[in-house]
Amino acid sequence: MEDIEAIVVLQDPVRRQLYEYVVAQDHEVSRNEASEGAGVGRTLAAFHLDKLVDAGLLVTESRRLTGRSGPGAGRPAKLYRRSGAEHHVSVPARDYRTAADLLAAVADDARLDVELRAAAAREGRAARAAAGPIEDLDAVRAVLSVRGYEPRADADGAVVRLANCPFHVLSERHPALICGMNLALLEGLLEDAEGLRARLDPQPGMCCVTVELSKNNHD
Amino acid sequence: MAGHHLAQLNVGTLRHPLDHPLTHGFTSMLDTLNEAADRSPGFVWRLVGDGSNDATAIQTTLGADVIVNMSVWESRDSLWDYVYRSGHLDVLRRRAEWFDLPKTAFQVMWWIPAGHVPTVEEAVERLHHLRAHGPSPSAFGFRDTYTPEDAGLGVVTTDGHDQGLHRRQSATG
Repeated sequence: MEDIEAIVVLQDPVRRQLYEYVVAQDHEVSRNEASEGAGVGRTLAAFHLDKLVDAGLLVTESRRLTGRSGPGAGRPAKLYRRSGAEHHVSVPARDYRTAADLLAAVADDARLDVELRAAAAREGRAARAAAGPIEDLDAVRAVLSVRGYEPRADADGAVVRLANCPFHVLSERHPALICGMNLALLEGLLEDAEGLRARLDPQPGMCCVTVELSKNNHD
Repeated sequence: MAGHHLAQLNVGTLRHPLDHPLTHGFTSMLDTLNEAADRSPGFVWRLVGDGSNDATAIQTTLGADVIVNMSVWESRDSLWDYVYRSGHLDVLRRRAEWFDLPKTAFQVMWWIPAGHVPTVEEAVERLHHLRAHGPSPSAFGFRDTYTPEDAGLGVVTTDGHDQGLHRRQSATG
C-alpha cells in the first residue's frame, strides 16, 4: 500500500483513537481491551482494527490468553500491536533519509562522534530554551512526546523509558554514532534540569536512552 | 538456524598501551562487558587468554598494539543485541577515546558448524579475506547478511562449492 493511503486510513476519528490507544500500550492489545480503551463498541472496534491491519499500520498475532492449549482451550485471541513499517508523505517529494544515511555513513567511518555529539548537545540546549523550564519528570515527558520519543514512566515513577526512537533506521544502521548523538541531544535538553539525568540504557526494541531522577535528588 | 553458529572477530589498534591511564576507561569496563556477554541470550563462547578473563593479552600477526575480541553466537540477531543493545553500546560510543581510526574492516563474521571452536589464526584469515575481497558469504559484516546456506553450510554439496551466492540486505528499513 502506498504511504499516503496508509496515512489517509488514520483520518477516521474512531480508527485514529484505536490506533493511538494500541500504540501507547507496552503490550499487545486484544479487541476487548482496545474497544474499552478507546471507548468504542466491540464490533466497531474489530472492524476498524482490521482496517488498520490492512493498511499496514498494525499487525496481529493470535495467542490463547488463558495459557491453555489443545481441544477445549477456546479460540486464540487476536492481539494487535504497531507495525514496524514507517510511512512518510512529503509534498513535493523529498528524500532526507538517503541524505541522512549517506552523511551518517561518512561520519561513522571518519569517527566524527565527538563533533556530532557537540552539535547534538547544542541542538538539545536550543530546544530546551524554546520549551521553557523543565523541572520535573512530567515536564520532561511533555517535551519528549513532542519530539516523538513516546516516553513511559516506570512503575515507581523514577525512570522514564522511551518507547520510540525518532532516528530508528539510522540508529540500526550506525548505532554507535547515532545513539551517541541521541544521548548528547537529550543531555543538552536536560542540562539545567536539576536532579534529572539522561543515560544510555539500550534494550532491544526501545530507544537507547532513559531519563531518570539522579541519585543525589532522592530523599 | 540449528546446526550453525556465527563466529565474529573484531580488532582495534590502541591509541595508548593497555596499562596506560588513558586506556583505563576501556580496561575498567572489560569485566562488566564480558559478564554481560556471557549472560546474553544466544551467547555460545568467547576467546580468553591463559589465566585471564579476557582476550587482551592475545597477540596476533596483526601487530603488537592490536587487541582482539572473538566470540561465537547462535544468530546474527543475538550478537547484534549484545553489541548494540546492551551496556556494550557505551564503549562503542566512546571508541574514539581509546582506539585509532580504523582504515580498513575491523570486524568480520562467518558461519561455523555448531560445536566448532574457531582459532585466532582462522579468524585473522577471515578478516584478511574480507579486507581483500569485500563482503561475501564466507566473511562479512553487520551491514551484509548472509545465511549458513549462502556459505554452503547445511546443504549437500558434491563439489564443495558455496551454494546460493544470493546477497541479502539487512532488514533495517
